[in-house]
Amino acid sequence: MNKTLYDKLWEMHAVNPDSDGETLLYIDRHFLHEVTSPQAFEGIEKKGLNPWRLDSNVATPDHNVSTQRGKMMDIDKADHSLSKIQLIELDKNCKKFGVTQYDINSEKQGIVHVIGPEQGLTLPGMTIVCGDSHTSTHGAFACLSMGIGTSEVEHVLATQCLRVRKLANMRINVIGTPKHWITPKDVILHIISKIGTAGGTGHAIEFAGEYIESLSMEGRMTICNMSIEAGAKVGMVAYDLITETYLKERIDENDPNMIEALNQWSQLHSDQGSEFDKEIVIDVTDLLPQVSWGTSPEMTIDFNDDIPKTPKTKKALEYMGLENEDNLLGVAFDKVFIGSCTNSRIEDLRATAAAIKGRQKAKNIKEVLVVPGSRAVQAQAEIEGLDKIFIEAGFSWRDPGCSMCLGMNEDKLTPYERCASTSNRNFEGRQGHLGRTHLVSPFVAGLIAIHGHLPKDLSEYHYER
Amino acid sequence: MKDKISGIAAQLLIDNIDTDQIIPTEFLKSIKKYGFGDYLFDGWRYLKDGDLDTPVEQRGIREDFILNQPPYNKAKILLAGDNFGCGSSREHAVWALRDFGIEAVLATSFGDIFYNNCFKNNVLAIKLKPEEFDKVSSFVSNDPFQLSISLANKQLEIGDQKIIFDIEDSLIQRVIHDLDDVDITLKDSEAIKAFEIKHLTSKPWL
Ligand code: SF4
Repeated sequence: MNKTLYDKLWEMHAVNPDSDGETLLYIDRHFLHEVTSPQAFEGIEKKGLNPWRLDSNVATPDHNVSTQRGKMMDIDKADHSLSKIQLIELDKNCKKFGVTQYDINSEKQGIVHVIGPEQGLTLPGMTIVCGDSHTSTHGAFACLSMGIGTSEVEHVLATQCLRVRKLANMRINVIGTPKHWITPKDVILHIISKIGTAGGTGHAIEFAGEYIESLSMEGRMTICNMSIEAGAKVGMVAYDLITETYLKERIDENDPNMIEALNQWSQLHSDQGSEFDKEIVIDVTDLLPQVSWGTSPEMTIDFNDDIPKTPKTKKALEYMGLENEDNLLGVAFDKVFIGSCTNSRIEDLRATAAAIKGRQKAKNIKEVLVVPGSRAVQAQAEIEGLDKIFIEAGFSWRDPGCSMCLGMNEDKLTPYERCASTSNRNFEGRQGHLGRTHLVSPFVAGLIAIHGHLPKDLSEYHYER
Repeated sequence: MKDKISGIAAQLLIDNIDTDQIIPTEFLKSIKKYGFGDYLFDGWRYLKDGDLDTPVEQRGIREDFILNQPPYNKAKILLAGDNFGCGSSREHAVWALRDFGIEAVLATSFGDIFYNNCFKNNVLAIKLKPEEFDKVSSFVSNDPFQLSISLANKQLEIGDQKIIFDIEDSLIQRVIHDLDDVDITLKDSEAIKAFEIKHLTSKPWL
């Protein structure tokens, strides 16, 4: 039987493959953060249990942390009492149960989905879970990775398994070579606008095709990251030479275990002729930069397209303050956010820097936050001098965390502020009560920062990935 | 044991309501598992935004929001639009529904993670076909008091009509018997251990 990548990963981890409906799926890696874990630790403690396989767990604080904390911070001095409680709780729980934590001052701290791959904790063929829906990111490494709720965090801590039903198989073939200013973010936004936010519901999506094959691991992570915005818990890309090269920088190739690992990983792709329940083709040859106009990621258009006006779009347009606009070209922005697990890796920061180099932030832009995804990304950007480019342009160069992706810390929009954001969700209030979010690529975010609005003509800008 | 859910049914027929709408991030700062009912659909329920430290009475009620209006402020059943609960994995969304008093949610489709989270908290999530959903919806519009859900035979009762819904046995049993997943799974400890030894031996880098 020809098997899909998802089928293979599922079979490798099914503890009781013959059970009908719910299957126990063995979990290789479990990431934890401060927001969705406290109730789970409390749960196992109440039952008198310990983590089933301690070394599968790795924790880091990210959702809630201040991005202006400097390199050394005393948690007790966190200015928001409620955020502080969660940071202290994570610290306490990790110490109590012996869970490895990259704490607030660690050189390895960062957004869970950025540090996993970067630190070599995300390896091909693994099942990976985390109490965060963007866990789909890790699928870029031919992993079966998905977001879970807090009860499931407790369940994985206690049993090393998840009770799940098998998903259907879906493949999205991305073909064509796009223009030089098109980034993976534009491609995934475009896919979501085509298939809708429920287009992948109940499915595990494998991204394939010549475009995906040409992408770096960073680009593949951006694509898999937003599978959840297309409704799919799981997004994946097959293992190939690009995956192998990325990993060889993080593992000891001469270790006999690793030689065996590389050998097994080479099988992590869908077999020729394997069947998918749903299959679509997306051609990116003529794709233009994408910008969301509404309050759901599927409400996305080409940057210079007309805004759709129908009875169905009315509510979203009112919220966004766009009832009287024909398109987005003349619309002035207030803030720009460059960060989040979608677009805070080194390549993303390079894309922003390329868009702005030598220019200043526009007058109408009150603030541009650049929040690297991890300490390692921050350090690399500083080696490359990107921080200087940002600071000279009048941007704010911050410490790693989720920041204004979800506005849990002090980085937030105030009511009616309009923000160009490289994050993944433009839901009502996501970046702050009544805030207005437009999802864009890090390249377009840079352009908006220096122009104050979307430029009408992109032909003068050059960015080669 | 619970075999029936009946009570006031409220309708919120907007598609793609995400978990940020069900409970905004601000309220995720609690480390407790209960006490989220006041913040259900927070952005739509109050005039001013708030946080865990601000008493909701100080924030002004939006009278035009359905769950603020009697009798719907005591709703036990919620009828929602397509793709309800999409977005973030936060279980706080289900805790907010549960703490408000919602015992069952009916929709034509749900976000995958949200759907799962419902059953971990014994909130019943029922997927209906569009024509069935419309039938229930128009019934409830006329009479929000008479919808009743019989769990054991997976049946919705509207007046003298009955609609059978489809749901996996293992899921509905959890709601009926208030079962805990960890207890269920730990009965299979031996099988997990045996699998683990084999798995870790064949993949020693794990
Ligand atoms: S950056 Fe945003 S989407 Fe990513 S893990 Fe943090 S809050 Fe979630």
